[in-house]
Amino acid sequence: MRVLIPGASGAIARKLVVRLKNEGHEVVGIDRRPWHDAPVEFHTVDVRKRAAEDVFRKFRPHAVVHMATVTSLVVFGEERYQINLGGTRAVFDHSRAYGVEHCIFVGRHTYYGAGPDSPLFHKEDEPPLALNVFPELADLVAADLYAATALWRFPELTTTVLRICYTLGPSGHGTLATFIRGKRVPMVLGFDPLFQFMHEDDVIESLVLTLAKRPRGVFNVAGPQPLPLSRVSAEADRTPIPIPRWVLENMIGRFGFPKLPKGALTHIEYPVVVDAAAFREATGFDHRYDELSAIAAFRTAFPRPRSD
Amino acid sequence: MRLDREVAQRVDRLELPFNALGIDPYGVSKWHLRVSLTSLSALYKWYFTVETTGIEHVPARGRAMLIGNHSGGIAIDGAMVIASCFLEMDPPRLAQGMVEKFLGRLPFMNTWTSRTGQFPGLPEHAERLLEEDRLLMVFPEGARGTAKLYRERNSLVEFGTGFMRLALKTKTPIVPLAVLGGGEAFPTIANAYKLGRLLGVPYVPLVAYGLPVPLPAKVQIQYAPPMVFSGSGNEDDAIVFGYVDQVKEVIAKMLAAGAKRRRGDVPQLER
Repeated sequence: MRVLIPGASGAIARKLVVRLKNEGHEVVGIDRRPWHDAPVEFHTVDVRKRAAEDVFRKFRPHAVVHMATVTSLVVFGEERYQINLGGTRAVFDHSRAYGVEHCIFVGRHTYYGAGPDSPLFHKEDEPPLALNVFPELADLVAADLYAATALWRFPELTTTVLRICYTLGPSGHGTLATFIRGKRVPMVLGFDPLFQFMHEDDVIESLVLTLAKRPRGVFNVAGPQPLPLSRVSAEADRTPIPIPRWVLENMIGRFGFPKLPKGALTHIEYPVVVDAAAFREATGFDHRYDELSAIAAFRTAFPRPRSD
Repeated sequence: MRLDREVAQRVDRLELPFNALGIDPYGVSKWHLRVSLTSLSALYKWYFTVETTGIEHVPARGRAMLIGNHSGGIAIDGAMVIASCFLEMDPPRLAQGMVEKFLGRLPFMNTWTSRTGQFPGLPEHAERLLEEDRLLMVFPEGARGTAKLYRERNSLVEFGTGFMRLALKTKTPIVPLAVLGGGEAFPTIANAYKLGRLLGVPYVPLVAYGLPVPLPAKVQIQYAPPMVFSGSGNEDDAIVFGYVDQVKEVIAKMLAAGAKRRRGDVPQLER
Protein backbone atom coordinates (compact mmCIF):
# COMPACT_ATOMS: atom_id res chain seq x y z
CA MET A 1 0.00 0.00 0.00
CA ARG A 2 1.21 3.53 -0.73
CA VAL A 3 0.93 5.65 2.43
CA LEU A 4 1.53 9.37 2.65
CA ILE A 5 2.21 10.87 6.06
CA PRO A 6 1.92 14.65 6.48
CA GLY A 7 3.71 15.58 9.69
CA ALA A 8 6.15 12.70 9.30
CA SER A 9 8.96 14.37 11.28
CA GLY A 10 7.19 14.09 14.61
CA ALA A 11 8.51 11.54 17.07
CA ILE A 12 5.54 9.18 16.84
CA ALA A 13 5.18 9.71 13.08
CA ARG A 14 8.81 8.71 12.49
CA LYS A 15 8.18 5.45 14.29
CA LEU A 16 5.09 4.88 12.19
CA VAL A 17 7.07 5.52 9.00
CA VAL A 18 9.69 2.94 10.00
CA ARG A 19 7.07 0.39 11.04
CA LEU A 20 5.12 0.73 7.78
CA LYS A 21 8.30 0.57 5.69
CA ASN A 22 9.37 -2.60 7.51
CA GLU A 23 6.00 -4.12 6.78
CA GLY A 24 6.61 -3.59 3.07
CA HIS A 25 4.48 -0.52 2.48
CA GLU A 26 5.64 2.27 0.22
CA VAL A 27 5.81 5.35 2.44
CA VAL A 28 6.37 9.03 1.68
CA GLY A 29 6.65 11.71 4.35
CA ILE A 30 5.89 15.42 4.24
CA ASP A 31 6.77 17.90 6.95
CA ARG A 32 7.95 21.47 7.07
CA ARG A 33 10.40 20.36 9.77
CA PRO A 34 13.30 18.57 8.10
CA TRP A 35 14.11 14.89 8.68
CA HIS A 36 17.68 14.47 7.58
CA ASP A 37 18.40 10.78 7.25
CA ALA A 38 14.78 9.82 6.63
CA PRO A 39 14.57 6.12 5.67
CA VAL A 40 11.89 6.88 3.06
CA GLU A 41 11.20 9.52 0.41
CA PHE A 42 10.73 12.72 2.37
CA HIS A 43 9.75 16.23 1.32
CA THR A 44 10.53 19.21 3.50
CA VAL A 45 7.46 21.18 2.59
CA ASP A 46 4.46 22.71 4.29
CA VAL A 47 1.35 20.64 3.59
CA ARG A 48 -0.50 23.82 2.63
CA LYS A 49 1.97 24.64 -0.17
CA ARG A 50 1.80 23.81 -3.83
CA ALA A 51 4.78 21.45 -3.59
CA ALA A 52 2.83 19.27 -1.16
CA GLU A 53 0.01 18.91 -3.65
CA ASP A 54 2.59 17.75 -6.18
CA VAL A 55 3.53 14.93 -3.82
CA PHE A 56 -0.12 13.81 -3.75
CA ARG A 57 -0.28 14.07 -7.55
CA LYS A 58 2.90 12.11 -8.26
CA PHE A 59 2.78 9.55 -5.46
CA ARG A 60 -0.97 8.81 -5.69
CA PRO A 61 -1.22 7.38 -2.17
CA HIS A 62 -3.85 4.80 -1.23
CA ALA A 63 -3.92 6.07 2.31
CA VAL A 64 -3.02 9.29 4.11
CA VAL A 65 -2.23 9.56 7.82
CA HIS A 66 -2.59 13.22 8.73
CA MET A 67 -0.28 13.90 11.67
CA ALA A 68 0.54 17.52 10.89
CA THR A 69 -1.40 19.24 13.66
CA VAL A 70 0.16 21.12 16.56
CA THR A 71 -0.91 22.00 20.11
CA SER A 72 -0.95 25.37 21.81
CA LEU A 73 2.05 24.24 23.84
CA VAL A 74 4.23 24.15 20.73
CA VAL A 75 2.95 26.85 18.36
CA PHE A 76 1.34 30.09 19.49
CA GLY A 77 -1.28 32.36 18.02
CA GLU A 78 -2.58 32.74 14.51
CA GLU A 79 -0.01 30.42 12.97
CA ARG A 80 -1.44 27.46 14.89
CA TYR A 81 -4.88 28.12 13.41
CA GLN A 82 -3.34 28.19 9.94
CA ILE A 83 -1.48 24.93 10.46
CA ASN A 84 -4.31 23.02 12.08
CA LEU A 85 -7.22 24.21 9.98
CA GLY A 86 -5.53 25.19 6.73
CA GLY A 87 -3.42 22.05 6.83
CA THR A 88 -6.34 19.75 7.53
CA ARG A 89 -8.34 21.32 4.75
CA ALA A 90 -5.45 20.87 2.29
CA VAL A 91 -4.97 17.23 3.29
CA PHE A 92 -8.64 16.35 2.72
CA ASP A 93 -8.96 18.40 -0.47
CA HIS A 94 -5.87 16.76 -1.99
CA SER A 95 -6.95 13.34 -0.79
CA ARG A 96 -10.21 13.72 -2.61
CA ALA A 97 -8.65 15.25 -5.73
CA TYR A 98 -6.00 12.54 -6.13
CA GLY A 99 -8.05 9.45 -5.49
CA VAL A 100 -6.95 8.59 -1.96
CA GLU A 101 -9.06 5.72 -0.59
CA HIS A 102 -8.55 6.20 3.14
CA CYS A 103 -7.69 9.30 5.13
CA ILE A 104 -6.89 9.17 8.85
CA PHE A 105 -7.00 12.34 10.94
CA VAL A 106 -4.82 11.80 14.00
CA GLY A 107 -6.46 13.95 16.65
CA ARG A 108 -6.33 14.20 20.41
CA HIS A 109 -8.56 13.13 23.26
CA THR A 110 -8.26 16.63 24.72
CA TYR A 111 -10.97 17.46 22.15
CA TYR A 112 -13.50 16.80 24.93
CA GLY A 113 -12.04 19.44 27.25
CA ALA A 114 -11.61 19.28 31.00
CA GLY A 115 -13.98 20.70 33.56
CA PRO A 116 -15.75 19.90 36.81
CA ASP A 117 -18.95 19.00 34.96
CA SER A 118 -17.44 16.73 32.35
CA PRO A 119 -17.93 12.99 32.82
CA LEU A 120 -15.26 10.32 32.93
CA PHE A 121 -14.99 8.07 29.87
CA HIS A 122 -16.28 10.31 27.10
CA LYS A 123 -17.96 8.65 24.16
CA GLU A 124 -17.47 9.83 20.60
CA ASP A 125 -20.88 11.47 20.35
CA GLU A 126 -20.17 13.96 23.12
CA PRO A 127 -19.61 17.60 22.20
CA PRO A 128 -16.42 19.41 23.22
CA LEU A 129 -16.68 21.22 26.57
CA ALA A 130 -14.92 24.00 28.42
CA LEU A 131 -13.61 25.78 25.33
CA ASN A 132 -14.49 29.03 27.06
CA VAL A 133 -11.81 28.45 29.68
CA PHE A 134 -9.24 27.04 27.27
CA PRO A 135 -9.83 28.87 23.95
CA GLU A 136 -6.39 27.84 22.69
CA LEU A 137 -7.85 24.38 22.14
CA ALA A 138 -10.46 25.68 19.70
CA ASP A 139 -8.44 25.24 16.52
CA LEU A 140 -7.73 21.57 17.25
CA VAL A 141 -11.37 20.99 18.11
CA ALA A 142 -12.38 22.72 14.90
CA ALA A 143 -9.86 20.68 12.89
CA ASP A 144 -11.28 17.47 14.40
CA LEU A 145 -14.86 18.46 13.56
CA TYR A 146 -13.80 19.69 10.13
CA ALA A 147 -12.07 16.40 9.38
CA ALA A 148 -15.27 14.58 10.33
CA THR A 149 -17.20 16.57 7.72
CA ALA A 150 -15.34 14.54 5.10
CA LEU A 151 -17.53 11.61 6.23
CA TRP A 152 -20.51 13.21 4.48
CA ARG A 153 -18.80 15.56 2.06
CA PHE A 154 -16.60 12.91 0.44
CA PRO A 155 -18.46 9.62 0.83
CA GLU A 156 -16.09 7.90 -1.61
CA LEU A 157 -13.15 8.66 0.73
CA THR A 158 -13.07 6.44 3.81
CA THR A 159 -12.41 8.84 6.67
CA THR A 160 -11.27 7.89 10.16
CA VAL A 161 -11.00 10.55 12.86
CA LEU A 162 -8.98 9.31 15.82
CA ARG A 163 -8.96 10.98 19.23
CA ILE A 164 -5.89 9.48 20.80
CA CYS A 165 -5.06 9.80 24.49
CA TYR A 166 -1.66 11.02 25.69
CA THR A 167 1.39 8.98 24.73
CA LEU A 168 4.22 8.00 26.99
CA GLY A 169 7.32 6.04 26.16
CA PRO A 170 10.99 6.05 25.32
CA SER A 171 10.82 8.97 22.87
CA GLY A 172 9.74 11.30 25.66
CA HIS A 173 7.60 13.26 23.21
CA GLY A 174 4.06 14.43 23.66
CA THR A 175 2.22 16.70 26.05
CA LEU A 176 2.30 14.44 29.10
CA ALA A 177 5.90 13.33 28.61
CA THR A 178 7.00 16.94 28.26
CA PHE A 179 5.04 17.92 31.34
CA ILE A 180 6.68 15.30 33.56
CA ARG A 181 10.16 15.58 32.06
CA GLY A 182 11.64 17.66 34.88
CA LYS A 183 12.55 16.54 38.39
CA ARG A 184 9.42 18.12 39.83
CA VAL A 185 5.94 18.07 38.39
CA PRO A 186 3.77 21.10 39.17
CA MET A 187 0.24 20.26 40.24
CA VAL A 188 -2.70 22.45 41.22
CA LEU A 189 -3.08 22.23 45.00
CA GLY A 190 -6.13 20.18 45.91
CA PHE A 191 -6.53 18.58 42.48
CA ASP A 192 -5.16 15.32 41.13
CA PRO A 193 -6.90 14.43 37.88
CA LEU A 194 -6.78 11.09 36.15
CA PHE A 195 -4.44 11.02 33.16
CA GLN A 196 -5.03 8.57 30.36
CA PHE A 197 -2.03 7.60 28.32
CA MET A 198 -0.63 4.73 26.30
CA HIS A 199 2.78 3.49 25.30
CA GLU A 200 3.89 5.01 22.00
CA ASP A 201 4.33 1.56 20.44
CA ASP A 202 0.67 0.90 21.18
CA VAL A 203 -0.19 4.19 19.45
CA ILE A 204 1.74 2.98 16.39
CA GLU A 205 -0.08 -0.34 16.57
CA SER A 206 -3.46 1.44 16.70
CA LEU A 207 -2.54 3.45 13.58
CA VAL A 208 -1.33 0.37 11.71
CA LEU A 209 -4.57 -1.42 12.59
CA THR A 210 -6.59 1.59 11.45
CA LEU A 211 -4.81 1.46 8.11
CA ALA A 212 -5.51 -2.24 7.80
CA LYS A 213 -9.16 -2.23 8.92
CA ARG A 214 -10.20 1.16 7.52
CA PRO A 215 -13.04 1.85 9.98
CA ARG A 216 -15.23 4.80 8.95
CA GLY A 217 -16.13 7.30 11.61
CA VAL A 218 -14.84 8.95 14.75
CA PHE A 219 -13.05 6.85 17.35
CA ASN A 220 -11.45 7.40 20.73
CA VAL A 221 -8.19 5.54 21.07
CA ALA A 222 -6.89 4.52 24.49
CA GLY A 223 -5.10 1.62 26.08
CA PRO A 224 -4.76 0.85 29.77
CA GLN A 225 -6.70 2.44 32.59
CA PRO A 226 -5.93 6.03 33.58
CA LEU A 227 -3.97 7.00 36.69
CA PRO A 228 -3.95 10.11 38.89
CA LEU A 229 -1.27 12.60 37.86
CA SER A 230 0.42 12.29 41.27
CA ARG A 231 0.86 8.54 40.75
CA VAL A 232 2.08 8.97 37.19
CA SER A 233 4.69 11.41 38.50
CA ALA A 234 5.69 9.20 41.42
CA GLU A 235 5.98 6.08 39.25
CA ALA A 236 8.13 8.09 36.84
CA ASP A 237 10.38 8.90 39.82
CA ARG A 238 9.35 12.56 39.77
CA THR A 239 8.19 14.67 42.69
CA PRO A 240 4.72 16.16 42.37
CA ILE A 241 4.68 19.68 43.79
CA PRO A 242 1.19 20.97 44.61
CA ILE A 243 0.98 24.73 44.14
CA PRO A 244 -2.10 26.92 44.73
CA ARG A 245 -3.74 27.76 41.44
CA TRP A 246 -3.28 31.52 41.63
CA VAL A 247 0.42 31.09 42.38
CA LEU A 248 0.79 28.60 39.53
CA GLU A 249 -0.97 30.98 37.14
CA ASN A 250 1.66 33.58 37.89
CA MET A 251 4.55 31.15 37.62
CA ILE A 252 3.71 30.05 34.08
CA GLY A 253 6.52 31.00 31.74
CA ARG A 254 8.76 32.06 34.64
CA PHE A 255 11.22 30.33 36.99
CA GLY A 256 11.82 27.61 34.43
CA PHE A 257 8.16 26.66 34.17
CA PRO A 258 6.95 26.02 30.64
CA LYS A 259 4.92 28.71 28.92
CA LEU A 260 1.32 27.50 28.89
CA PRO A 261 -1.99 29.13 28.16
CA LYS A 262 -3.81 29.67 31.47
CA GLY A 263 -6.62 27.42 30.30
CA ALA A 264 -4.17 24.53 30.09
CA LEU A 265 -4.24 24.46 33.90
CA THR A 266 -7.76 23.03 33.78
CA HIS A 267 -6.15 19.94 32.25
CA ILE A 268 -4.16 19.42 35.44
CA GLU A 269 -7.24 20.05 37.58
CA TYR A 270 -9.85 17.91 35.86
CA PRO A 271 -9.53 14.66 33.95
CA VAL A 272 -10.04 13.98 30.25
CA VAL A 273 -10.72 10.27 30.01
CA VAL A 274 -12.22 8.53 27.00
CA ASP A 275 -14.09 5.32 26.31
CA ALA A 276 -12.28 3.52 23.50
CA ALA A 277 -14.62 0.52 23.26
CA ALA A 278 -15.83 1.42 19.75
CA PHE A 279 -12.28 1.52 18.40
CA ARG A 280 -11.44 -1.84 19.96
CA GLU A 281 -14.59 -3.26 18.46
CA ALA A 282 -13.87 -1.85 15.00
CA THR A 283 -10.20 -2.78 14.77
CA GLY A 284 -9.59 -5.53 17.31
CA PHE A 285 -6.99 -3.31 18.97
CA ASP A 286 -5.67 -4.30 22.37
CA HIS A 287 -2.82 -2.58 24.17
CA ARG A 288 0.40 -4.50 24.81
CA TYR A 289 1.75 -2.20 27.50
CA ASP A 290 -0.17 -1.58 30.69
CA GLU A 291 -0.08 1.79 32.44
CA LEU A 292 2.88 0.87 34.63
CA SER A 293 5.07 -0.49 31.85
CA ALA A 294 4.38 2.61 29.75
CA ILE A 295 5.60 4.78 32.64
CA ALA A 296 8.56 2.46 33.19
CA ALA A 297 9.56 2.82 29.53
CA PHE A 298 9.54 6.59 29.91
CA ARG A 299 11.43 6.44 33.22
CA THR A 300 14.14 4.22 31.75
CA ALA A 301 14.67 6.55 28.79
CA PHE A 302 14.35 9.70 30.90
CA PRO A 303 15.53 9.01 34.44
CA ARG A 304 14.90 11.68 37.05
CA PRO A 305 17.18 14.60 36.16
CA ARG A 306 19.92 15.22 38.70
CA SER A 307 19.26 18.94 38.72
CA ASP A 308 16.66 21.07 37.03
CA MET B 1 -9.25 -6.53 65.76
CA ARG B 2 -8.06 -2.96 65.43
CA LEU B 3 -10.39 -0.92 63.30
CA ASP B 4 -7.77 0.17 60.76
CA ARG B 5 -6.75 -3.46 60.20
CA GLU B 6 -10.33 -4.57 59.84
CA VAL B 7 -10.94 -1.78 57.32
CA ALA B 8 -7.78 -2.64 55.39
CA GLN B 9 -8.84 -6.29 55.17
CA ARG B 10 -12.30 -5.31 54.02
CA VAL B 11 -10.91 -2.91 51.40
CA ASP B 12 -8.84 -5.81 50.05
CA ARG B 13 -12.00 -7.88 49.77
CA LEU B 14 -13.91 -5.27 47.74
CA GLU B 15 -14.68 -6.80 44.38
CA LEU B 16 -13.45 -3.88 42.28
CA PRO B 17 -10.93 -4.10 39.40
CA PHE B 18 -7.96 -2.54 41.20
CA ASN B 19 -4.60 -2.49 39.39
CA ALA B 20 -1.19 -3.24 40.91
CA LEU B 21 -1.14 0.21 42.53
CA GLY B 22 -4.55 -0.38 44.10
CA ILE B 23 -6.34 2.02 41.74
CA ASP B 24 -9.40 1.10 39.70
CA PRO B 25 -10.22 2.46 36.22
CA TYR B 26 -12.22 5.32 37.76
CA GLY B 27 -9.33 6.34 39.98
CA VAL B 28 -10.87 4.80 43.12
CA SER B 29 -7.86 4.16 45.32
CA LYS B 30 -7.40 1.58 48.05
CA TRP B 31 -5.28 3.98 50.04
CA HIS B 32 -7.93 6.71 49.98
CA LEU B 33 -10.61 4.14 50.78
CA ARG B 34 -8.64 2.88 53.78
CA VAL B 35 -8.18 6.36 55.19
CA SER B 36 -11.73 7.56 54.63
CA LEU B 37 -13.47 4.30 55.57
CA THR B 38 -11.47 4.03 58.79
CA SER B 39 -12.88 7.34 59.96
CA LEU B 40 -16.36 6.59 58.61
CA SER B 41 -16.30 3.23 60.35
CA ALA B 42 -15.30 4.84 63.64
CA LEU B 43 -18.20 7.28 63.32
CA TYR B 44 -20.49 4.42 62.34
CA LYS B 45 -19.59 2.23 65.28
CA TRP B 46 -18.94 4.63 68.13
CA TYR B 47 -20.24 8.11 67.37
CA PHE B 48 -23.54 7.59 65.61
CA THR B 49 -23.77 3.97 66.90
CA VAL B 50 -25.54 3.10 63.68
CA GLU B 51 -28.10 0.34 63.72
CA THR B 52 -28.58 -1.25 60.30
CA THR B 53 -31.45 -3.58 59.47
CA GLY B 54 -32.28 -5.37 56.25
CA ILE B 55 -28.75 -5.32 54.84
CA GLU B 56 -29.55 -8.72 53.26
CA HIS B 57 -31.74 -6.84 50.78
CA VAL B 58 -28.66 -5.28 49.17
CA PRO B 59 -27.52 -7.69 46.42
CA ALA B 60 -24.08 -9.19 47.08
CA ARG B 61 -23.09 -8.71 43.45
CA GLY B 62 -24.40 -7.10 40.33
CA ARG B 63 -25.93 -3.74 39.65
CA ALA B 64 -28.28 -2.19 42.18
CA MET B 65 -29.44 1.26 43.14
CA LEU B 66 -29.77 2.33 46.76
CA ILE B 67 -32.47 4.99 46.95
CA GLY B 68 -32.75 6.86 50.20
CA ASN B 69 -33.98 9.95 52.01
CA HIS B 70 -31.71 12.75 53.03
CA SER B 71 -31.37 13.12 56.75
CA GLY B 72 -29.32 15.93 58.22
CA GLY B 73 -27.85 19.15 56.88
CA ILE B 74 -24.60 17.55 55.82
CA ALA B 75 -24.15 14.23 54.09
CA ILE B 76 -24.11 12.07 57.25
CA ASP B 77 -26.73 9.84 55.62
CA GLY B 78 -24.66 9.02 52.55
CA ALA B 79 -21.52 8.48 54.62
CA MET B 80 -23.28 6.08 56.97
CA VAL B 81 -24.94 4.15 54.12
CA ILE B 82 -21.49 3.70 52.57
CA ALA B 83 -20.17 2.52 55.94
CA SER B 84 -23.07 0.11 56.43
CA CYS B 85 -22.56 -1.59 53.04
CA PHE B 86 -18.85 -1.74 53.75
CA LEU B 87 -19.07 -3.07 57.31
CA GLU B 88 -22.24 -5.13 57.35
CA MET B 89 -22.00 -6.91 53.97
CA ASP B 90 -19.92 -9.95 53.31
CA PRO B 91 -18.04 -9.53 51.02
CA PRO B 92 -18.15 -5.78 51.55
CA ARG B 93 -19.46 -3.53 48.79
CA LEU B 94 -18.61 0.04 47.93
CA ALA B 95 -21.72 2.15 47.58
CA GLN B 96 -20.93 4.86 45.05
CA GLY B 97 -22.85 8.07 45.49
CA MET B 98 -23.66 10.75 43.02
CA VAL B 99 -22.36 13.84 44.75
CA GLU B 100 -23.45 17.42 44.25
CA LYS B 101 -21.62 18.96 41.31
CA PHE B 102 -20.28 21.90 43.33
CA LEU B 103 -18.03 19.50 45.25
CA GLY B 104 -16.15 18.84 42.01
CA ARG B 105 -14.99 22.45 42.00
CA LEU B 106 -13.68 22.43 45.54
CA PRO B 107 -9.97 21.67 45.94
CA PHE B 108 -9.23 18.53 48.04
CA MET B 109 -12.92 17.67 48.26
CA ASN B 110 -12.77 17.00 44.53
CA THR B 111 -9.89 14.56 44.94
CA TRP B 112 -11.22 12.78 48.02
CA THR B 113 -14.69 12.25 46.65
CA SER B 114 -13.47 10.85 43.35
CA ARG B 115 -10.73 8.65 44.87
CA THR B 116 -13.36 7.07 47.10
CA GLY B 117 -15.75 6.45 44.22
CA GLN B 118 -18.16 9.30 44.89
CA PHE B 119 -18.51 10.99 41.51
CA PRO B 120 -20.33 14.13 40.39
CA GLY B 121 -24.00 13.40 39.77
CA LEU B 122 -23.93 13.17 36.00
CA PRO B 123 -26.22 10.74 34.18
CA GLU B 124 -23.21 9.44 32.24
CA HIS B 125 -21.48 8.41 35.46
CA ALA B 126 -24.54 6.75 36.92
CA GLU B 127 -25.29 4.77 33.78
CA ARG B 128 -21.70 3.63 33.31
CA LEU B 129 -21.35 2.48 36.91
CA LEU B 130 -24.55 0.46 36.65
CA GLU B 131 -23.49 -1.05 33.33
CA GLU B 132 -20.39 -2.22 35.14
CA ASP B 133 -22.53 -3.84 37.83
CA ARG B 134 -21.62 -1.49 40.63
CA LEU B 135 -23.68 -0.39 43.60
CA LEU B 136 -25.04 3.10 43.07
CA MET B 137 -26.38 5.26 45.89
CA VAL B 138 -28.82 8.03 45.01
CA PHE B 139 -30.70 10.51 47.17
CA PRO B 140 -33.40 11.71 44.78
CA GLU B 141 -34.29 14.64 47.02
CA GLY B 142 -30.97 16.23 46.06
CA ALA B 143 -29.77 19.37 47.81
CA ARG B 144 -33.40 20.16 48.69
CA GLY B 145 -33.26 17.10 50.91
CA THR B 146 -30.18 18.03 52.91
CA ALA B 147 -31.69 21.50 53.36
CA LYS B 148 -34.52 20.04 55.47
CA LEU B 149 -34.83 21.72 58.84
CA TYR B 150 -34.91 19.82 62.13
CA ARG B 151 -38.68 19.81 62.33
CA GLU B 152 -38.89 18.42 58.80
CA ARG B 153 -36.32 15.72 59.48
CA ASN B 154 -38.51 12.69 58.93
CA SER B 155 -40.40 14.05 55.96
CA LEU B 156 -39.63 13.71 52.29
CA VAL B 157 -39.40 16.50 49.73
CA GLU B 158 -40.01 15.99 46.04
CA PHE B 159 -38.12 13.14 44.38
CA GLY B 160 -36.42 13.60 41.02
CA THR B 161 -37.31 11.07 38.34
CA GLY B 162 -33.87 10.65 36.80
CA PHE B 163 -33.02 7.66 38.96
CA MET B 164 -36.15 5.80 37.89
CA ARG B 165 -35.61 6.37 34.19
CA LEU B 166 -32.05 5.15 34.62
CA ALA B 167 -33.18 2.07 36.58
CA LEU B 168 -35.65 1.25 33.81
CA LYS B 169 -33.10 1.77 31.06
CA THR B 170 -30.38 -0.28 32.73
CA LYS B 171 -32.75 -2.85 34.28
CA THR B 172 -31.44 -2.16 37.75
CA PRO B 173 -33.19 -3.30 40.93
CA ILE B 174 -33.93 -0.51 43.39
CA VAL B 175 -33.26 -1.02 47.09
CA PRO B 176 -35.19 1.64 49.04
CA LEU B 177 -33.63 2.71 52.30
CA ALA B 178 -34.54 4.99 55.15
CA VAL B 179 -32.03 6.90 57.26
CA LEU B 180 -33.22 8.13 60.63
CA GLY B 181 -31.31 10.23 63.09
CA GLY B 182 -29.36 12.47 60.72
CA GLY B 183 -31.76 15.27 61.60
CA GLU B 184 -31.04 14.84 65.33
CA ALA B 185 -27.31 14.59 64.67
CA PHE B 186 -27.33 17.79 62.67
CA PRO B 187 -30.39 19.76 63.75
CA THR B 188 -30.50 22.52 61.18
CA ILE B 189 -32.48 25.53 62.37
CA ALA B 190 -31.94 27.59 59.22
CA ASN B 191 -29.96 27.60 56.00
CA ALA B 192 -27.82 30.55 54.97
CA TYR B 193 -28.22 30.68 51.21
CA LYS B 194 -26.42 34.01 50.67
CA LEU B 195 -23.40 32.88 52.66
CA GLY B 196 -23.44 29.67 50.64
CA ARG B 197 -23.35 31.58 47.40
CA LEU B 198 -20.27 33.47 48.63
CA LEU B 199 -18.55 30.18 49.48
CA GLY B 200 -19.58 28.48 46.25
CA VAL B 201 -21.93 25.96 47.89
CA PRO B 202 -25.75 25.78 47.64
CA TYR B 203 -26.26 26.87 51.28
CA VAL B 204 -24.66 26.74 54.71
CA PRO B 205 -26.74 24.87 57.32
CA LEU B 206 -26.87 26.60 60.70
CA VAL B 207 -27.31 24.82 64.02
CA ALA B 208 -28.54 26.24 67.32
CA TYR B 209 -25.29 25.43 69.14
CA GLY B 210 -23.16 27.33 66.63
CA LEU B 211 -20.48 24.83 65.71
CA PRO B 212 -21.27 23.00 62.47
CA VAL B 213 -20.34 19.66 64.03
CA PRO B 214 -22.85 16.78 64.16
CA LEU B 215 -24.03 15.58 67.57
CA PRO B 216 -23.61 11.94 68.55
CA ALA B 217 -27.25 11.01 67.89
CA LYS B 218 -28.12 7.42 67.12
CA VAL B 219 -28.56 6.81 63.40
CA GLN B 220 -30.69 4.00 62.05
CA ILE B 221 -30.59 2.67 58.50
CA GLN B 222 -33.24 0.35 57.22
CA TYR B 223 -33.12 -1.35 53.83
CA ALA B 224 -36.28 -2.67 52.16
CA PRO B 225 -36.52 -5.57 49.71
CA PRO B 226 -35.46 -4.72 46.14
CA MET B 227 -38.11 -3.35 43.79
CA VAL B 228 -37.89 -4.14 40.10
CA PHE B 229 -39.67 -2.05 37.48
CA SER B 230 -39.71 -2.97 33.85
CA GLY B 231 -39.62 -0.52 30.97
CA SER B 232 -37.26 1.33 28.69
CA GLY B 233 -36.78 4.60 30.57
CA ASN B 234 -38.56 6.51 27.81
CA GLU B 235 -42.03 6.23 29.36
CA ASP B 236 -44.31 9.22 29.88
CA ASP B 237 -43.71 11.30 32.98
CA ALA B 238 -47.01 10.16 34.46
CA ILE B 239 -45.90 6.52 34.42
CA VAL B 240 -42.45 7.29 35.79
CA PHE B 241 -43.92 9.48 38.54
CA GLY B 242 -46.12 6.55 39.48
CA TYR B 243 -43.11 4.27 39.88
CA VAL B 244 -41.21 6.95 41.80
CA ASP B 245 -44.16 7.34 44.16
CA GLN B 246 -44.11 3.62 44.88
CA VAL B 247 -40.48 3.87 45.98
CA LYS B 248 -41.16 7.05 47.90
CA GLU B 249 -44.04 5.40 49.71
CA VAL B 250 -41.88 2.49 50.86
CA ILE B 251 -39.32 4.95 52.23
CA ALA B 252 -42.01 7.14 53.84
CA LYS B 253 -43.47 4.10 55.61
CA MET B 254 -40.08 3.07 56.95
CA LEU B 255 -39.49 6.65 58.12
CA ALA B 256 -42.86 6.87 59.87
CA ALA B 257 -42.43 3.52 61.60
CA GLY B 258 -38.86 4.36 62.53
CA ALA B 259 -39.81 7.77 63.90
CA LYS B 260 -42.48 6.15 66.07
CA ARG B 261 -39.95 3.67 67.45
CA ARG B 262 -37.46 6.43 68.16
CA ARG B 263 -39.87 8.72 69.89
CA GLY B 264 -39.19 7.27 73.33
CA ASP B 265 -35.43 7.23 73.32
CA VAL B 266 -34.47 10.44 71.55
CA PRO B 267 -34.53 13.77 73.38
CA GLN B 268 -37.10 16.02 71.77
CA LEU B 269 -35.69 19.39 70.85
CA GLU B 270 -39.05 20.63 69.62
CA ARG B 271 -41.75 22.04 71.78
